[in-house]
Amino acid sequence: MSNIPDDLKYASTHEWIRVNENGVATVGISDHAQDALGDIVFVDLPEPGTIVNAKDEVAVVESVKAASDLYSPISGEIIEVNGVLAEAPETVNSGPYENGWFLKMTISDAAELDELMDADAYSDHCDEE
Amino acid sequence: MDFAGWDMPINYGSQIEEHNQVRAAAGVFDVSHMTVVDVGGTEAKQFLQFLLANDVAKLDEIGHALYSAMLNHDGGVVDDLIVYRMNFGYRTVVNCATREKDLNWMADTSAGFDVIIEEKPDLAILAVHGPEAIEKVCSVLHKYADKILQLRNFRGTDLGDFFVARTGYTGEKGLELILPGNGATLLWDKLLAAGVKPAGLGARDTLRLEAGMNLYGHDMDESISPIAANMEKTIAWEPANRDFIGKSAAWAAKKSQAEGELPSLVGLVLEQRGVLRRGQTIFTDKGEGIITSGTFSPTLKHSIALARIPVNSEHCQVDMRGQLIPVRIVKPNFVRFGKKFFD
Repeated sequence: MSNIPDDLKYASTHEWIRVNENGVATVGISDHAQDALGDIVFVDLPEPGTIVNAKDEVAVVESVKAASDLYSPISGEIIEVNGVLAEAPETVNSGPYENGWFLKMTISDAAELDELMDADAYSDHCDEE
Repeated sequence: MDFAGWDMPINYGSQIEEHNQVRAAAGVFDVSHMTVVDVGGTEAKQFLQFLLANDVAKLDEIGHALYSAMLNHDGGVVDDLIVYRMNFGYRTVVNCATREKDLNWMADTSAGFDVIIEEKPDLAILAVHGPEAIEKVCSVLHKYADKILQLRNFRGTDLGDFFVARTGYTGEKGLELILPGNGATLLWDKLLAAGVKPAGLGARDTLRLEAGMNLYGHDMDESISPIAANMEKTIAWEPANRDFIGKSAAWAAKKSQAEGELPSLVGLVLEQRGVLRRGQTIFTDKGEGIITSGTFSPTLKHSIALARIPVNSEHCQVDMRGQLIPVRIVKPNFVRFGKKFFD
């Protein structure tokens, strides 16, 4: 059973998003996603300053098994990426919700957050796959 | 994962850790899904000399092993296998996904030979590989240690309860143990207790690819000549009077490749970020090719691949997600005994 924290929102493509106190959001991939991908060997992250729309491809995750895209759960501007992942991509496997985060972004339209799943809905979504 | 009807683990934990364990110490694979077929009878040798592209006459003593392709009449690869000389004749170990096809092929082609072909579904196979593998097996099977330690590469010995040989699919030293299924669990547990770590199909694939070994169904199949699959060294052209199935087609393929008309299987390395994957298109100065197996090499920390490309290609690029990235062509042998092997 994968770990699905209650305080996050989830996209059907297995990204999580956390809205921080300063109004900025942190994005990563779920425990379910890292487990399905297996050992992650490269993560390609976008340039800070990139403006994205919800569901845009923003990063590429390469594991031993497969290459996979990361889609932005919401619209906004990328303001920071996790530099740790360049040298230690396996951090995504060991801590997908903590040190293995991918990027931080502004929130252009808070209404988009409501379209994402809560932990219960995401848990059902994973079971159905 | 369901693998040709067998419930097989891709990995027990981290695939990379399992891979590194085999390169650095010792790992054990349960490869009991592979099909053991024994060949006996007065004409077993003559039959296998006709069936296989390599020549079992090279097997000069009991236990000696040989790698060979089994070709069809058009010179395509029906399967690749290991054959051991045994006191009763020969033991072959063929792929599991091709089991039924192989058994039918062997039955059909054996008409006219006095042979007994018998599948041994009750036998399990454990492969123990890594620099510490032989020592660990000896610690578990101490009463056979002397015999096991005497084995050279590609040699095996029948120990009564089981057969053990210095063969494998990882590019490391190690042993394959063929034994009755009901004894395999106990041996597995003892090996784990001795510090050997279990390794799954995922690590087996990255290890064999680092060792530059082909995987049937990926790097060759019935539509591919062994000449276009880096298997020419496993074809015994001599003695010239030995006829084997697919010989004339394989010889024609060899000539065709010399004229630049048949591609060859080469190694590729990508020393920058990214992972080469099976199915990606290759563009060379001589034309197009395709990656047949690709992965991230845990030992080298970059991607490696096998690719079938036009012969004598000097430069090549891979189409990775729409971008053309230069890759280097090398001999398909990337890692031996834990170390980088190519220039």
